[in-house]
Amino acid sequence: MEIRVQEGVFDPWKELAVWQDRIAMSGKCGATGVFVGTLRDFNDGQVVKGLTLEHYPGMTEKHLEKVCEDAGTRWQLLDTLVIHRHGPIHTGDPIVLVATWAAHRRDALEACRYIIDELKTRAPFWKKETLADNGMRWVDPGS
Amino acid sequence: MSITVKFFASIREKIGKAEDIVESDKVSQVSEVWSLCAAQPKPANLLAAVNQEYVTWEHPVRDGDEVAFFPPVTGG
Repeated sequence: MEIRVQEGVFDPWKELAVWQDRIAMSGKCGATGVFVGTLRDFNDGQVVKGLTLEHYPGMTEKHLEKVCEDAGTRWQLLDTLVIHRHGPIHTGDPIVLVATWAAHRRDALEACRYIIDELKTRAPFWKKETLADNGMRWVDPGS
Repeated sequence: MSITVKFFASIREKIGKAEDIVESDKVSQVSEVWSLCAAQPKPANLLAAVNQEYVTWEHPVRDGDEVAFFPPVTGG
């Protein structure tokens, strides 16, 4: 299991390729569940130019770990990877990657969905959008 | 006793500071830490954490604790 909260840009597909090769070599893996969240250029009826993601260093990592551990007790997983950015983010950039590896698809897919859904309600991150007129607003939960 | 208090996101902007230190023997729970540091009513949906765990408003605080206040989270 790896949890990474980082400021810089990352390429989720390159990260996945490395993990996939390594885990597939074990011969135990039959399914990979993947979610990649990307910054879109609209939200709540407004054009979005970019955003800044604030987090609570320490608490964020701790709660991401808990969410992944919870998933590991509910589904049979071989491994889990979560990468989440903080700091300034441009539209089109990946924000978050959740990947789960399992012997069977149900475990991989359901655990992946659980982790991203729980992350959104439990991990202390806050998005502040920059709009077309350079105005800024904090994002409402659930949007 | 000494308590470190942190504010995040819109709450940090409202309060005008990211961190504070409370040196007082008069605080025994989270709500009193807010009253002492923020000097304004508690916003709706305010969340609190003690030592990086979510807690209720009535949660006790002890010397050396880290208390944080922030709005609902919006990651992912």
